[in-house]
Amino acid sequence: MDPRIPIALDERLTADAAAWLADAVARVGEDPAAVRGVFPAVGRRCGRGPLIAGWTVADAARARLLAALPLSGAALAEEIAALHRYGDSAEQRAVLRSLALLEDTDASFADRGLPLVRAALRSNDTDLIESALGPYAARHLDAEGYRQAVLKSVFCGIPLARIAGLTERADRELARMLADFAHERVAAGRDVPADVWPVVRAHPGTLEASGLPAETGSPSPDRREAAVRALAAFSATATAPAPAGAA
Amino acid sequence: MRIFDPHIHMTSRTTDDYEALYAAGVRAVVEPSFWLGQPRTSVDSFTDYFDALLGWEPYRAAQFGIRHHCTIALNPKEANDPRCAGVLDVLPRYLAKDRVVAVGEIGYDSMTPEEDEALARQLALAVEHGLPVLVHTPHRDKAAGTRRTLDVVRESGIPPEHVLVDHLNELTVALVADSGCWMGFSIYPDTKMSEDRMVRILKDHGTARMLVNSAADWGRSDPLKTRKTADAMLAAGFDEDTVDQVMWRNPVAFYGQSGRLDLEDVEADGSALFEGNSVKRGGE
Ligand SMILES: [Zn+2]
Repeated sequence: MDPRIPIALDERLTADAAAWLADAVARVGEDPAAVRGVFPAVGRRCGRGPLIAGWTVADAARARLLAALPLSGAALAEEIAALHRYGDSAEQRAVLRSLALLEDTDASFADRGLPLVRAALRSNDTDLIESALGPYAARHLDAEGYRQAVLKSVFCGIPLARIAGLTERADRELARMLADFAHERVAAGRDVPADVWPVVRAHPGTLEASGLPAETGSPSPDRREAAVRALAAFSATATAPAPAGAA
Repeated sequence: MRIFDPHIHMTSRTTDDYEALYAAGVRAVVEPSFWLGQPRTSVDSFTDYFDALLGWEPYRAAQFGIRHHCTIALNPKEANDPRCAGVLDVLPRYLAKDRVVAVGEIGYDSMTPEEDEALARQLALAVEHGLPVLVHTPHRDKAAGTRRTLDVVRESGIPPEHVLVDHLNELTVALVADSGCWMGFSIYPDTKMSEDRMVRILKDHGTARMLVNSAADWGRSDPLKTRKTADAMLAAGFDEDTVDQVMWRNPVAFYGQSGRLDLEDVEADGSALFEGNSVKRGGE
């Protein structure tokens, strides 16, 4: 977790909210089952507004409660999965955002939170999808799962800058998928989101292989124009830093 | 005119109903969890239903400018089915949630030992969570059922001001008035209780601790009965402030005891999505 988040939380909480949270953390530390009652109450006790880096006040406070659980490994994963199962969308997004912290606090938690990430990626809730694609997903999703997650984010309009690990994990196959996506958009006469270009640009040849450039010769003017706009945007994109698996 | 319907089952209603409710002045509703007509056969069916009351339905209501809250419980009818008894064990998770403003509907249906057990346990949960309760009175043998309900409520130790006893009529109102509990009346299109009878009850018993609801659900019912009763009150000589007391301030005072009523202006936001799904159809 971004180390600025707990600091920002402490600055933001009112005295009452801070006292409530400290007490809740202490109760959870003594009795893990206490988390089931306090976790849902965080929004009304601590606030729901935005904090920093895409986190809300409630996300950060909930992360602190989860990190206080005196459990590890499978027992920790079981408690977390139940909070997610019975959670409303605000609770679920906080669970997802806390997964990396849980693993940092307890190495034996390992990839036991991955089913929750996968469930979020199956949903159509952009808020949950974005919350699932933090450092934990970047560490644990396999190559295929990670590529599909990035592609889904593009379709959902989630800015790729918010997805953890993209520079390290974007590979040639992802660039191919994004180039084909760009071609599909152009063939529909539509614009391509600018944030796919750095990934495509980092893997020379993927755009050319996609068939997008040939759209400049399309008989339909909307496709031709969309292709010209896409190629101009591609050319104007700076090359991304050295990616993984660059051929 | 602003109206708070303290008992209406919106999951069974259409978006036309939401539009008509808004046009009639309804700005807030409480949806008690209840029996769905078709029996449920597992605890998971209940938790999916509770999740919908806390997720999809408030989202749907907000699109029409209406604030949606709910009450959560194992209803008396299904308390008799051993396959559903485990619902009592998951209730504490739900009673901690933001939009849950009471435990309910609880009470008696056929007054069985299983119903006794479910009622007692859920009254204890309400005390533990500091929540009010919505208590349903049985349709059959109503006066005896209401007396027995009030006895159990008294024994539970829950403060009477935390209790709303619902579906009352001319024969049960005085019992509840004397108990210190709040009094609820469900106005139906047919015989159980009408607007004009409701106005007479308000004239005879006053407007303190009185709540009026439509209890509209999947059966023959009318979600606009709150507004129709308000109009009948005005026609019978009640002033606007008294109508506001019954139709807004009383339900706000009762459910407000949960500390979880959220009545900031609901802006109808047609562009919002719930889990990526809109109530609009594709292409709109
Ligand atoms: Zn009902």
